[in-house]
Amino acid sequence: MADKLLEIKNLTTSFRIKDDYHAAVDNLSLTVNKNEVLAIVGESGCGKSALAFSIMGLHTRAKIDGDILYRDHNIAKMTPSELNKVRGKDIGMIFQDPLTSLNPLMQIEEQIGETLLLHNKEMSKTARQERVLDLLNKVGIPRAEYVMNQFPHELSGGMRQRVMIAMAIANKPELLIADEPTTALDVTIQSQILDLINKLKDEMNAGIVLITHDLGVVAEMADRVAVMYAGQIVEVADVKTLFANPLHPYTRSLLNSVPNSDQEQDQLHVIQGIVPSLQNLPREGCRFSARIPWVDESAHEKHPELREVDPGHQVRCTCYKHFSFPDETKEEQHVLS
Amino acid sequence: MWKFSVRRTLIMIPQLIVLSILIFVLGQLMPGDALSGQVGPDVDPARLDEIREQMGWNDPWHEQYARWMGGVLQGDLGESFRFKMPVTELIGQRIVNSFWLSVATLILTYIIAIPLGITSGRFNDTWRDQLITGYSYVGFATPLFIFALVMLWLFGFTLGWFPTSGSVTPGLEPGTFEYVMSKLYHLLLPAISMALITTYSTIQYLRNEIVDTKQKDFIITARAKGASETRVYNRHILRNSLLPIAAFLGFEITGLIGGSIFIENIFGYPGMGQLLVESISLRDYTVLTAVTLLFGIASILGALLSDIILSIVDPRIRIK
Ligand SMILES: Nc1ncnc2c1ncn2[C@@H]1O[C@H](COP(=O)(O)OP(=O)(O)OP(=O)(O)O)[C@@H](O)[C@H]1O
Ligand SMILES: [Mg+2]
Repeated sequence: MADKLLEIKNLTTSFRIKDDYHAAVDNLSLTVNKNEVLAIVGESGCGKSALAFSIMGLHTRAKIDGDILYRDHNIAKMTPSELNKVRGKDIGMIFQDPLTSLNPLMQIEEQIGETLLLHNKEMSKTARQERVLDLLNKVGIPRAEYVMNQFPHELSGGMRQRVMIAMAIANKPELLIADEPTTALDVTIQSQILDLINKLKDEMNAGIVLITHDLGVVAEMADRVAVMYAGQIVEVADVKTLFANPLHPYTRSLLNSVPNSDQEQDQLHVIQGIVPSLQNLPREGCRFSARIPWVDESAHEKHPELREVDPGHQVRCTCYKHFSFPDETKEEQHVLS
Repeated sequence: MWKFSVRRTLIMIPQLIVLSILIFVLGQLMPGDALSGQVGPDVDPARLDEIREQMGWNDPWHEQYARWMGGVLQGDLGESFRFKMPVTELIGQRIVNSFWLSVATLILTYIIAIPLGITSGRFNDTWRDQLITGYSYVGFATPLFIFALVMLWLFGFTLGWFPTSGSVTPGLEPGTFEYVMSKLYHLLLPAISMALITTYSTIQYLRNEIVDTKQKDFIITARAKGASETRVYNRHILRNSLLPIAAFLGFEITGLIGGSIFIENIFGYPGMGQLLVESISLRDYTVLTAVTLLFGIASILGALLSDIILSIVDPRIRIK
């Protein structure tokens, strides 16, 4: 088995809404191994960012329970100064929106240099400059000497995301968290950024947590996949298994809702309804049941748990055994009417 | 930056022209002239017309304007009818007095506003913030002239800590240390009174700027780098919040002009604000138009100053 890099145990991240705490990440356990790309997929609002921010200790107003074990340390229990030694150094993060994630009043050199400075006080100014230049070249920014002295607003979205990546990898982290790194970019730039992350992955020997709702990205990049729904993991598998033998109804619905060029598809499946908001989230029973109402009540467990069905392949709830999409004639009628 | 500054300065020229025309026309529209109320009822009206004709007061307004403007451009603001002396001479010492009063008020405003605004913004929605916001509301609600009167009564007359009128103790030799100190002493109470009341806008502006910046994405980026909370504050939040304060300076100067009219009259401080009120009550139109013009120019210069400061500190403007 692969070496564990990060182990999340029973993590619950709750936000206070009108005097009550509501869990956006609910009793979640997950392992990230060294040198693997673990994709976390799920629709908008299912708690992916809340999870990523918890790993980085970036929540300012959330209540966090459970353990996040990294190299015998528990990130969830760290003091701010301990935390500041880990983030930016051992764990780097790339955010969703490169347009707003850079300080508008700082030159690129200073912004990347700050990451270096914070974790290496002895580094001389010239050494730091060289390293910044080096990093900019590494992330494929043309005319790096020039860009160093530019401000964020002078760069395109794709370039800014490259700068963010340079910043995240500046101290050679062991773990890189990328929270939807391409969602805000247009399609051609998306694939360039993904290629870059792929290239860096081979060079860096880092574990990568790649958060996305794009299954195409998952297929291209991931080694393992965790499917997340309403604050919980509903299925974990390696990427081949997940695409070949998806089990959980949510995973199957997601896969079915993506156009597939290889196979002929009569129609795309649309998942009914939306991810419920935190206050309306069902805390009992199978959380996905409301969105597959045609599946009989008795198919679901009372207290669904994540169980291993094959080595390395875990699924929550028993409903997957009884799940099938509503039959095609019915759906065609639906389309015609 | 130079390009921007030059272009920005050039925009001022049409502004100044429009301003001067407006002020001149408004002056013309006011009822009466320097002769009304000045001459006895026994004076022959025909004689008055003769004087008016002589002075050119019956010419079309644009001719009078051109004459006036020509003088202004050469530094001649005309003659005061009441004081029988050139307006420039009349303004001379007063403009210096007003200038220092404004500088002192501005400095005090920032001395009060920056620490309070920072505390209020950093600890927003705590008791500290509420306390400071409470003070801001009081400042907002209290009329400046009432507050100034209370200050004058309390610290000037009752406690006797500060002089109650004038800008300097008579009989001191200009240029000496005593003279400078006396000047400072005289402008302190008016400046404090004005700063205490008008600083609320700067406090609230800074507070909102900080609260706003705190929630920006790049602050999360800074934390993700491993920056300590102190560093995040000083390097990222403060730097980005203080900048718009610079832009606020122009607005501040306009506010000062309005405030100084009250303050100088209440504290008997011989400055431009006092001269303005005096010239209105004496119908001294040449003085009035001159003072109004100078106030207008000060406002326009204030806005220019803001823009240039902003262009120095904000790279997004600097480039364009
Ligand atoms: N600071 C907060 N306070 C209250 N609720 C929050 C907060 N942050 C997130 N939430 C809620 O927690 C849930 C999970 O949000 P999260 O941002 O983690 O979703 P996500 O999976 O990252 O979605 P997306 O794909 O849109 O980024 C949502 O219902 C969201 O409204
Ligand atoms: Mg998100």
